Amino acid sequence: MVTDQLTTAPSTTPAWVSVRNGTGLAVLLLYALMPGIADIFDLPFYLDIFSRVMILTIAAISLNFILGFGGMVSFGHAAYLGLGAYAVGILAYYDIYSGWIQWPVGLAVSALFALVTGAICLRTKGVYFIMITLAFTQMIHFLFVSLEEFGGDDGLTIWNRSEFDGLIDLSNDLTLYYTIFVILVLSLALVHRLVNSRFGMVIQGARSNEPRMRALGFPTYRYRLAAYVIAGSLCGLAGILLGNDTEFVSPSDMHWTKSGDLIIIVVLGGMGTFWGPLFGALAFLLLEFFLSDIFIWWHLIFGPLLILVVIFARGGIDSFLGQQNGQGR
Amino acid sequence: MSWVLLAEQLLNGFTLGLILFLLCAGLTLVFGIMDLVNLAHGSLYMMGAYFCATFTAMTGSFLYAVPLALAATFVLGLIVEVIVLRNLYTRDHLDQVMATFGLILIFNEGVRQIWGADGEVIPLPAFLDSNFELVFGIVYPTYRLLIICVGLLVALGLYVLVTHTRVGMLIRGGASNREMLSALGINVKQLFTLIFGLGAALAGLAGLMAGPIEQATIGMGERILILAFVVIVIGGIGSIRGSFIAAILVGVIDTMGRSFLEDFLSLVMPANYAETAGPALSSMSIYIVMAAVLAIRPQGLFPPRTG
Repeated sequence: MVTDQLTTAPSTTPAWVSVRNGTGLAVLLLYALMPGIADIFDLPFYLDIFSRVMILTIAAISLNFILGFGGMVSFGHAAYLGLGAYAVGILAYYDIYSGWIQWPVGLAVSALFALVTGAICLRTKGVYFIMITLAFTQMIHFLFVSLEEFGGDDGLTIWNRSEFDGLIDLSNDLTLYYTIFVILVLSLALVHRLVNSRFGMVIQGARSNEPRMRALGFPTYRYRLAAYVIAGSLCGLAGILLGNDTEFVSPSDMHWTKSGDLIIIVVLGGMGTFWGPLFGALAFLLLEFFLSDIFIWWHLIFGPLLILVVIFARGGIDSFLGQQNGQGR
Repeated sequence: MSWVLLAEQLLNGFTLGLILFLLCAGLTLVFGIMDLVNLAHGSLYMMGAYFCATFTAMTGSFLYAVPLALAATFVLGLIVEVIVLRNLYTRDHLDQVMATFGLILIFNEGVRQIWGADGEVIPLPAFLDSNFELVFGIVYPTYRLLIICVGLLVALGLYVLVTHTRVGMLIRGGASNREMLSALGINVKQLFTLIFGLGAALAGLAGLMAGPIEQATIGMGERILILAFVVIVIGGIGSIRGSFIAAILVGVIDTMGRSFLEDFLSLVMPANYAETAGPALSSMSIYIVMAAVLAIRPQGLFPPRTG
């Protein structure tokens, strides 16, 4: 009788309790507990893998903001990963280790690059946009390949992580891990706030029907550019973390295939969804990690898989977790 | 800096430009008509070079290998179109980018498994592997001259094909209104497959001609594909004429920048700065040109006439 009541009674659970949010929180919980798990099972390299997963998640969150919500298919997002990491690397090369300098510079450089290239790219649409963002990233890639002073093709080793005197000690791997974790959670929250703000509504409106938004009096170009710069800075932050985490930066960090990986992560997870980047990054890197462990030629499996996902499984992992309830979209 | 060297580098620029054009012609045909962004176009370029390397080894001559490799890339293009790309014409560009990115992974890994990671050298027959004396004492490799001639001939052939033949009429019809074409009893599906095969063969031609110069390597396709994108963006997507002019422009600017920018900069700044700035600037030069063109004309220099 009790069970009967439970099943027929109108649902009193709040709207945010859902399989989707439960899964998302479970993944976050997993990340939070990972240092302990790695410790118990004596698998210290899991910490490395998961800090990388979280950094790529932050990058994917920023790409999801412009690609998923804003409809801007940027094929050059890896540029910001590289710029952030090189900002840390190059300043460290000149013996400037203070994070109070490195991080703002990294963010500023990423924002500036996003502003300049975005101002040009956003004048165009569709396939032009894809090609131009790709080309600009390739330009930055070749620029760093040609800069022999900073290692050129071979990359630059970062001997010391950013120093935040008295605040936190990033040279401790565990501290860095949790710093990345906190920034990941904050990024999720930031993009959620942005998307559901008036600003985010305009961005999404411009994706669905730009002429109408313009007719309503919104300067969509400027809104888009602002979104593009925000996304670039956030991805630059991911790059700063990447440089600190790997203690190395090379032009291959901004190779165009890395931009492709980020797109795959966003689409695989479910673009334009709150949790999508989180699911996508986890799935992508675990797939890469385990497939490449079993087969050296894992691309031969991953390539067809990708094509099949595109043709048959639209909506990504997020769509397997039940109907979108309209929130955050 | 002598005038002979300048002329040689100019010709090198033309060579690169014409190879780029062959790649862009196929890319822009496929995009203009089927509305498909094909990242794997560079893979077809690479396959052209690898097929040519294998056929050269089998038949013993580059000249026999060329038609065989062309036919092979044409057939490969047909197969890829029928199995994968046909399902993507009605999808948005993002889906096309992802799926063709998957194709690139397959091609690159496939080549690594079949041919190995080292790259293949394509030997030239003796009469091509020589130098040819042009006017004013300019000596230039015969093979590169041949590339320039072939490139120009193909450009001319494409022009005639598109503007003066029945097939060209169908191609233009497909670009402007595929429903109407289909209603007139043309098998549009077949036409698209054929056009894709043609584009693949052009990419293969570009690849097999570049092969003897830089040897066939994994990833050669993607490097040049991004240059091809720059060309297409500058020239205007869907415009073969625009691609031709932009390809030559990009080829010449890129080659000249790499050869002379450092010397040029050392005239206006200290040599050690020029040594750093020269390579950095020349590697960025074509992208800067692209940005400049887009800032003035977002739709490219020669957008195709619509309507």
